[in-house]
Amino acid sequence: MPKDHDGIGAGSKRREDVRFLTGAGNYTDDINVRGQAYVHFLRSDVAHGKLSKVDTGAAEGMPGVIRVFTGADFEGVGGLPCGWCVTDRHGQPMQEPAHPVLAQGKVRHVGDPIAAVVAETAEQARDAAEAIEVDIEDLPAVIDMKAAVQDGATKVHDDLSSNLCYDWGFVEENREAVDKAINEAAHVTTLELKNQRLVANPMEPRVAVGDFNRSTGEHTLYTTSQNPHVIRLLMGAFVLGIPEHKLRVVAPDVGGGFGSKIFHYAEEAFCTFAAKAVNRPVKWTSSRSEAFISDAHGRDHVTRIELALDKDNNFTAIRTETYANMGAYLSTFAPSVPTWLHGTLMAGNYKTPLIYVNVKAVFTNTVPVDAYRGAGRPEATYQLERVIDKAARELGLDPIALRRQNFVTEFPYATPVAVEYDTGDYHGTMDVLEKMADLSGFEARRKESEARGKLRGLGLNCYIEACGIAPSQLVGQLGARAGLYESATVRVNATGGIVVMTGSHSHGQGHETTFPQVIADMIGIDADMIEIEHGDTANAPMGMGTYGSRSIAVGGSAMVRAAEKVINKAKKIAAHLMEASEADIELKDGQFSVAGTDKSVAWGDVTLAAYVPHNYPLDEIEPGLEETAFYDPANFTYPAGAYACEVEVDPETGKVTIERFAAADDFGNIINPMIVDGQVHGGIGQGIGQALLEQCVYDENGQLLTGSYMDYAMPRADDVPFYDVDHSCQTPCTHNPLGVKGCGEAGAIGSPPSVVNAVIDALHSGGHKVDHIDMPVSPARVWAAMQG
Amino acid sequence: MYEFEFERPTTLADAIKAMGAEDAQALGGGQTLIPTLKQRLAMPAKLVSLGAIDEIKGVCKADDGALCLGGGTTHAVVTREAAVDYPALAALAGNIGDPAVRNRGTLGGSIANNDPAACYPAAVLGSGATVVTNTREIAADEYFTGMFETALGEGEIITEVRFPVPEKAAYQKFEQPASRFALVGVFVAKYVDGVRVAVTGASEGGVFRWSEAEAALSGDFSAGALDGMAPPAEGMMSDLHGSAAYRAHLVGVMTRRAVVAAG
Repeated sequence: MPKDHDGIGAGSKRREDVRFLTGAGNYTDDINVRGQAYVHFLRSDVAHGKLSKVDTGAAEGMPGVIRVFTGADFEGVGGLPCGWCVTDRHGQPMQEPAHPVLAQGKVRHVGDPIAAVVAETAEQARDAAEAIEVDIEDLPAVIDMKAAVQDGATKVHDDLSSNLCYDWGFVEENREAVDKAINEAAHVTTLELKNQRLVANPMEPRVAVGDFNRSTGEHTLYTTSQNPHVIRLLMGAFVLGIPEHKLRVVAPDVGGGFGSKIFHYAEEAFCTFAAKAVNRPVKWTSSRSEAFISDAHGRDHVTRIELALDKDNNFTAIRTETYANMGAYLSTFAPSVPTWLHGTLMAGNYKTPLIYVNVKAVFTNTVPVDAYRGAGRPEATYQLERVIDKAARELGLDPIALRRQNFVTEFPYATPVAVEYDTGDYHGTMDVLEKMADLSGFEARRKESEARGKLRGLGLNCYIEACGIAPSQLVGQLGARAGLYESATVRVNATGGIVVMTGSHSHGQGHETTFPQVIADMIGIDADMIEIEHGDTANAPMGMGTYGSRSIAVGGSAMVRAAEKVINKAKKIAAHLMEASEADIELKDGQFSVAGTDKSVAWGDVTLAAYVPHNYPLDEIEPGLEETAFYDPANFTYPAGAYACEVEVDPETGKVTIERFAAADDFGNIINPMIVDGQVHGGIGQGIGQALLEQCVYDENGQLLTGSYMDYAMPRADDVPFYDVDHSCQTPCTHNPLGVKGCGEAGAIGSPPSVVNAVIDALHSGGHKVDHIDMPVSPARVWAAMQG
Repeated sequence: MYEFEFERPTTLADAIKAMGAEDAQALGGGQTLIPTLKQRLAMPAKLVSLGAIDEIKGVCKADDGALCLGGGTTHAVVTREAAVDYPALAALAGNIGDPAVRNRGTLGGSIANNDPAACYPAAVLGSGATVVTNTREIAADEYFTGMFETALGEGEIITEVRFPVPEKAAYQKFEQPASRFALVGVFVAKYVDGVRVAVTGASEGGVFRWSEAEAALSGDFSAGALDGMAPPAEGMMSDLHGSAAYRAHLVGVMTRRAVVAAG
């Protein structure tokens, strides 16, 4: 009999943690290929300049050096491709600069790779890299986005007409109507804010190992990636010209991604290219310092938002203008983040009839910016939930009541920004939150804090996100150069055990635990009869990987579809074995039975028959039991919720401490509540990190001031409280077979506004009429704001 | 790292000899030096580890009651062994970095480096301690000469630091959010003959004594004696973690808190 506790809904412990916690994981840096050499990249230490000399002569003679590469070696090779083309307000495609593997002619950010030394050891490669003679004629660094788009500004890319990548209007047809509504509104609240640049900082830095088999002509790339198939396609087809059947990409255990490991990076292409060129496997391991100047950064928006209300406090229009930093080049999905992942969420949980979003994407001499946990949706949520709070304060309204009054309550709901929410219950999550966060006890807690000389504040926000990315045809219309389905192969072995090969990739999400729970539930067998394989293009069917909270909603759905095919075939076999009609076969608890009789055969009997087809309907079906499915979602999923944060502010120092944090989420159906809790905890931790601590700062010369943990403040355990998390309000997704919505990004999307709202509330309680403080809400900024 | 020779002498005499080599660099706990080497920002020809010299380690009491800490004593040992005799000093040591740092980093290493945001310089200066080296004794007031600068000469090794034990003392640190070094740290010590207030983290000149506060507290050892007081912002460090004005303000706040904590 199967265990009754490891199917859907069980809080099974993560089976992968046994190897992670005992040092037995197999990360990319654990992979050492016989005969491998090491590469060190010489990176630009200036933000912008003309490369007038790169002399590798001395370096080539250094001990252990195998070969030194420069941009000239990649002249016949494609640049790093961008996977999304945004069309601007005037119907024109975005400006798309070349992105060479190694710099050609110019360097465009601190960290831009100029040359690469392949040597016998990593230290020798680094020694030789220092011997490369480089002359750079400094050019003015383009750092400030608004200055970058002024006439006459220095250009990051000489062959583009300006530093403006695109000027996007959404929905452009609504522009005049929105202007009119704002002009005629009873009240307009305006807020200018920054969503600061962040560095993802996964615990495992990036690593790449390129290998080339001269006898078969096959390339293998081991890499720290969230989506090995996507890397295979982008690098093979667009950069190096290697067909998929000659290129294998393996992303083994990956120690966190948070978006930064979605993208195709120069180092991956370099190691693959160089392995063939020097006929040796070539390995690169990023240092933490290198990660700060070579991993794609996140966020970096400067926004002005206006919220219009009528005399009854109904939201009538929203107008936003955002400058979005692209950095020096277009990273793989960068153009989509401030547009389709941001503008489409600007309705939030509210029935605002008219919305216009303008986004100007700008090139600067900084590290490229791309998706980071939430990607566009945190930026949308932050500005919306901050401006609503400000409106409530201006109008003397209860911020919860103002939100509730404007909630979307009828579903499906077509927003004015192109997406249709299939289901939700925003009052439901707010009800859960009000109770869980004990809002009625807040005033007493505030008095207690005041007695200790502290200011206490309460901040709330709602959020909605579009997850389960994404319907391929829809995103194709929006400029995606990829499909966003997912795949799975369910391979049943003769004795009944199952291997699922999924195109989703687990780098902390716990797929190896949760995916088997689904199959166990469908068949009625123990979850430990099922293994998950992922991360190797040699095994799994073409998959699109893991980001945008898509694994269970899209990858899980593909697995369900493949499992349904397996079960259908197994029922045919069972019908044959029991000499019954297929229509009468039922599967429960791992037993096939004939309805209305006591006849039954076990799962294992049927799987054995499939592979030992002696008594088997060979004239009707093939032997074997293995099926593949590709699932393309019909819509996004729309997880939503309401968060509350209570802070204390030390009025003498400006230091903010988080005293309570409550998160009420609606994720639809849930496979493993313990893992969902963990995802929310981690997301809130990152959101608190953004709200209070993290910021990536360049000086006016384009030097990174926060290039290590001495200055880049990561959240630590004592920066965050114990969280109250509840996901009991569940409105299942209407269009995927599991009714799931995804939970990976919610915490990071939903938490920053409530933290900042709470700080502002605390300051007002102390008589400080502060409208806004940009994140991170550091002690120094809070103190400065209190000084007026 | 670049290549270097490595020696790990077991006596002070051997260490002094080893330090005679060209471009030799003493290695205490390595909490600053090792990261610097890893970033290739320093290129010593020889590293002389002081970690195996028992005669410069440990905590003991001098006849005059001063607490003597060997220059090679780790923060973790100070935390434990100074707790009874000089609790404010033990508490300071116990709040430097994390356990790994405290089990490696040493008192001598910290004050030889004299990072302007390090904690120990505040205790040494605030206690009017004496820095003992292989050649001489240096009063704290003469020892700290500027940011990352000290009175130490070439090859000079800190063997001991003698702390006169005050009647009351406390250290209050306001942490820089990223590094958790002191954005501002204030050590206040009340002796029979007066009060000393030493400030770390704040000034462009490194650790300094806030004499106005000392004067005020020597007459009236209470937070109230410092009401509204703060040193001038001029000369304070200014960076993305805090302006000069903010640091100056925090010096006032942390000093008052140190006085309260001292009891």
